[in-house]
Amino acid sequence: MITVQSADLIRVMPQAILAGFAILVMLFEPFLPAHRKRILGWFALFGVLAAGAAEVWTSFSPGSAFGGNVTVDNFSLYFMALFLGVAALTLLGSFSYLDRDHIQYGEFYALVLMATLGMCFMAASTELIMVFLGLEISSISTYVLAGFKRTDALSNEASLKYFLLGSFATAFFLYGIAFMYGASGTTNLIVLSQRLASPSQWSPLAWMALILMFIGLAFKVSTVPFHVWTPDVYQGAPAPVTAFLSVGPKAAAFAVLIRLFLGALEPAGPVILRVLWVSAALTMIVGNLAALWQSNVKRLLAYSAIAHAGYVLVGIAAGGTEGTRSVLFYLAVYALMNVGVFLLVAHLAGPGEHRTQIEDYTGLAAERPGVAALLTVFMLSLGGLPTTAGFFAKFYVFRAAVHADLIGLTIIAVLTSVVSIYYYLRLVVVMYMREGKAETSAAPLPWALRAALVVSVAGIFYLGLYPGDFLLLTSLAGHPLP
Amino acid sequence: MTLLTNHPLTLITFLPLAGAIVIALMPRNACAAIRWVTLAFSLLTFFLAIMLFVNFSSNQPGMQFVEHFSWIASPRIGYHIGIDGLSLLLILLTGFLTPLAVLASWTSITTRVKEFFLFLLVLETGMIGVFVSLDLFLFFVFWESMLIPMYFLIGVWGHERRVYAAVKFILYTMIGSALMLVGILYLYNLTGTFDLEMIQRQLSAGTQSLSGSAQVWLFLAFFLAFAIKVPMFPFHTWLPDAHVEAPTAGSVILAGVLLKMGTYGILRFCLPLFPQASREFAPLISILAIVGILYGSLVAMVQPDIKRLVAYSSVAHMGFVVLGIFAFNMSGLEGAIYQMCSHGVSTGALFILVGMLYDRRHTRLIKDFGGLATSLPVYSTFFMIVTLSSLGLPMLNGFVGEFLIIVGAFHARALYGVLAAVGVVLSAVYLLWMYQRVFYGEVTNEKNRILPDCNWREKVMLIAIVLTILWMGIYPQPFLRRLDVTTARIIQHLDYSMPQYALQKPDGQRGLRR
Repeated sequence: MITVQSADLIRVMPQAILAGFAILVMLFEPFLPAHRKRILGWFALFGVLAAGAAEVWTSFSPGSAFGGNVTVDNFSLYFMALFLGVAALTLLGSFSYLDRDHIQYGEFYALVLMATLGMCFMAASTELIMVFLGLEISSISTYVLAGFKRTDALSNEASLKYFLLGSFATAFFLYGIAFMYGASGTTNLIVLSQRLASPSQWSPLAWMALILMFIGLAFKVSTVPFHVWTPDVYQGAPAPVTAFLSVGPKAAAFAVLIRLFLGALEPAGPVILRVLWVSAALTMIVGNLAALWQSNVKRLLAYSAIAHAGYVLVGIAAGGTEGTRSVLFYLAVYALMNVGVFLLVAHLAGPGEHRTQIEDYTGLAAERPGVAALLTVFMLSLGGLPTTAGFFAKFYVFRAAVHADLIGLTIIAVLTSVVSIYYYLRLVVVMYMREGKAETSAAPLPWALRAALVVSVAGIFYLGLYPGDFLLLTSLAGHPLP
Repeated sequence: MTLLTNHPLTLITFLPLAGAIVIALMPRNACAAIRWVTLAFSLLTFFLAIMLFVNFSSNQPGMQFVEHFSWIASPRIGYHIGIDGLSLLLILLTGFLTPLAVLASWTSITTRVKEFFLFLLVLETGMIGVFVSLDLFLFFVFWESMLIPMYFLIGVWGHERRVYAAVKFILYTMIGSALMLVGILYLYNLTGTFDLEMIQRQLSAGTQSLSGSAQVWLFLAFFLAFAIKVPMFPFHTWLPDAHVEAPTAGSVILAGVLLKMGTYGILRFCLPLFPQASREFAPLISILAIVGILYGSLVAMVQPDIKRLVAYSSVAHMGFVVLGIFAFNMSGLEGAIYQMCSHGVSTGALFILVGMLYDRRHTRLIKDFGGLATSLPVYSTFFMIVTLSSLGLPMLNGFVGEFLIIVGAFHARALYGVLAAVGVVLSAVYLLWMYQRVFYGEVTNEKNRILPDCNWREKVMLIAIVLTILWMGIYPQPFLRRLDVTTARIIQHLDYSMPQYALQKPDGQRGLRR
């Protein structure tokens, strides 16, 4: 029998607020005329900010709640802040998009809130069942979001694909949890880490469980060979949803991956390392090489997102505090870059998102120098060129990898990132170096979107030039188990 | 004022960037004002470089004008800058060439003027930053961020195959520097710092030591990055494309400064950090350098395009520099550093001259010209002086460096000296032959008869260049004096690391000085 105390309630306050606002949005939705629905977006944004404020409150009472189902530690606080930030940026970028593409429904905002809620639970729990519930909440919300353009075939295809493969993945994960329970008699990570503290306590069942859980999460973070759904889903989903998808659920799955592999299951290190090494190498190579052949910007960015998952895996393979910190830093930077670039692409794609070919950007720099410069900053940061955060994030991950003596993997990583420069610059080439009339949307940037872009670009330069303070945060948060 | 007296290097590094920010705030159509602002900032930077040169103390060992602050606490990354004789001369060269590049683009750049001059100034900050950095991380940041403006200069304002050339340029350079990054991280892992002087101290004091194979791999990781930049044979293939496709200012900066970053990196990092490996690879590298000299000269000889000819001549001339460095003696090193500067001036000047010709005729093919000496007497005279300086005529700047290098190479191994001397002859052949076909003989093309000769802007540029050429050729002492301590330190460090290599007799081979 669990007795609820006030501390328990404080520790789930951010999630509770998100859930509350999601429900309120749904309640208000039918009573608002179509042209007023946008106000629900602002309301949802307010909910995210309120959850952020509640998180500050929560941070003063770390510990576990509801009998160990929810854990508030620096690690979870860091990730929750990241998710809330991603949600806020996504919301800012969606208001006008939904109007433009005639899908301004309140459900969109409610689903974003619910997905964020699920992700928060994934990061803020050391109880596998709870993690699974969080995963399901966020997954189901994002399946619907991917298909939010109900009349668009591509969007439907994306939703269906994401749903089918995603359910497979969560089934794998759940299967893993069950096996783990069979092997150790617990689903609590802290207890688990004690029961499986030495390799002799690892039964074949536990290994099986480990592999199954890895596969489940690998689907979510889209590492090779579990990445095949990614390009189709990222391309088909409405671009602001892609911005959210490519960052939020991925970071949440990485949070779980870190909690598991660098925390509870660390004794299995050498074996895990081998698995991580191979999947990191494959992901970087396949992601970057496949991106070379893409002609659609969204698809190109999808492969780039796959490649970035590979770099994060390098950090996880490096392990230890160094590796963990570098991954936390990388995910924050990745969130800034990817949300920013997808929101910008969403706007430039024009009504119905018909302008997403690379050729459509031809000569954009001459017509809209500001927009082209913005996009260039995102591209350079994604490619990891210095003075942008993308460089420092990669640098930090590589440093951890060299520290862990993974020289071979680091060499693969640096060489593939040179390859990535080629395709990131393709967009720069067509914008700046080819003559022509840009086919992208000529509409001015809505100011909410502008705010989101300013935040992400400012973040990219701040973290690229002066990462010191933020690194301090990651070192506070860099402990996978409380 | 305190900025000027206490932080002169920070000031000179970021002054161009400040100029770029000013330009960013100016309206797009104020082209004339943008040009003047750029010129003002680049001249001010040059003036600061001269001030540095004057105030530089030539007998003080170690780095001067040092500034050292913490930038990032963990991993410990410092904003550590300072210069010695080597960086001093290269900063001076950068300061000298940038205003020339601005003037050379005065009328020839007509599209997106604002962006062009903005990138040019950002580029200057990157270049100076590379030369002042004493922290490996800081160095790497400048080294890589400088690629972006150069990439745009080639790609946006270049000639027909500009996109290909720009992408090739950036990818080649990045492959090299990617491996260097791994090397830097490995060193950090070993020593716990990115600070060049601290790493060097730890390695030479024996607190940390590199195993033989680690030193070889690290040397290769760093050297590849620099060899691509120099560019050494066989990594030179990006150079002709980039140089030819770039706009004049881009070619001037590329040939004048960017190539020097390769040899600068070798001198600053490879030799002091990995002395044994440098020694082991010296024969191979010397041979590659000689191949570069001969191959570059021979290929230059058959080029139908003047700009391509000058580009290949850079391969040859930079081969001299590398040969001088890996001779491992005073005259070789001083010659190499001097040749770096003098090649920067001469080749930069050649590109400016070719650019002027292109502005007038929109072709660079040798066969389209002939007899220009009659229609462009002033231009032809300047071209002659620069050509002679490039081929190393005594009393002009090219001679000093080449002579010292050949002496140094001869001391290292007689054969090297002989082969390098052959290279000098070849350079005379291709340059003079080109000059003859372009400027002498009958006017074969009617269009060449009525070309306008140099205007005041061009004359100012060319007079500045020719005065520098003469000064560097006749009175090189002020430059060489500031190099003595630096080169002696590099040599000493190399010898210290391997005692059986006795110090080469420093006197007797100083040929030219005092």
